[in-house]
Amino acid sequence: MKIVLNNREEFLETTKQSLTISELLVLKNYSFKSLVIKINGDLIKREKRETASFREGDQVEVIHLISGG
Amino acid sequence: MSRLFLITFLDPSFGGILSRINLGSATMRVDDIKRILKRKTVGIAGCGGLGSNAAISLARVGLGSLVLVDFDKVEEGNLNRQYYFSDQVGSYKAIALKENVRRVNPSIAVLAHLAELTPSLIADLFSGCDIVLEAFDRAEMKEMLIECVQTAFPSMPLISGVGMAGWGKNDLIGSMRSGNLYIVGDQQSEASDDNPPLAPRVGIVANMMANLALELMLGSD
Repeated sequence: MKIVLNNREEFLETTKQSLTISELLVLKNYSFKSLVIKINGDLIKREKRETASFREGDQVEVIHLISGG
Repeated sequence: MSRLFLITFLDPSFGGILSRINLGSATMRVDDIKRILKRKTVGIAGCGGLGSNAAISLARVGLGSLVLVDFDKVEEGNLNRQYYFSDQVGSYKAIALKENVRRVNPSIAVLAHLAELTPSLIADLFSGCDIVLEAFDRAEMKEMLIECVQTAFPSMPLISGVGMAGWGKNDLIGSMRSGNLYIVGDQQSEASDDNPPLAPRVGIVANMMANLALELMLGSD
């Protein structure tokens, strides 16, 4: 599946038509605890990660947050 | 932690490459700048290193109102980066910052709230703001605040500080944009016992946040 991930084209190895955010995080090994996630500009809350999904051509952003301030 | 960090950092699809910010630049006389800023309100979530330094800069340039929220007290160890003085150790940060801000600029209105921010409180306290600065210490609090502000106020610019621990590495610090969410920092230097946040780098990021807030406020008038 080809998507735009953090403003770059990204090919995801999957046979599925759509993927959930949780599946993306596993697929990409994104293991940070705190993240901000958007699909096509819409914020996906933490509790929606299991259900919110995207498909071919969608824009996905995964911003990791780290401590310090 | 450092191994996970390396894997993620080396993955080119992760972080640091959101859209560059380009709001255009303008020039303006100082009286016009003050006239615009006088009508503006900035909310600051967390009065630590980022929040205290950003607040002082915004007060200096003539911001009209600040909404400060923090439940913590000033500690000795905060003085290596936060805009407090040694005789303020033990005072509530929001109150001490209000004093310091008003010593710089007596005409700024400051609402200081001693509270730990929860989703409902965020929606209440920041509803009248033009811009909110996310200036928390802990990553999970940053996530909570970003989720709440972007949900409650989708059209309000939100500026978050991410990654400023340690020293040096000036070139890594930058700003990125995702819709109304702006991320300022190097997005990789996490604060820890072995990598403490220190005045210069925290001050740089805090002032970049204030600088971006200015750009948004002066550009949108």
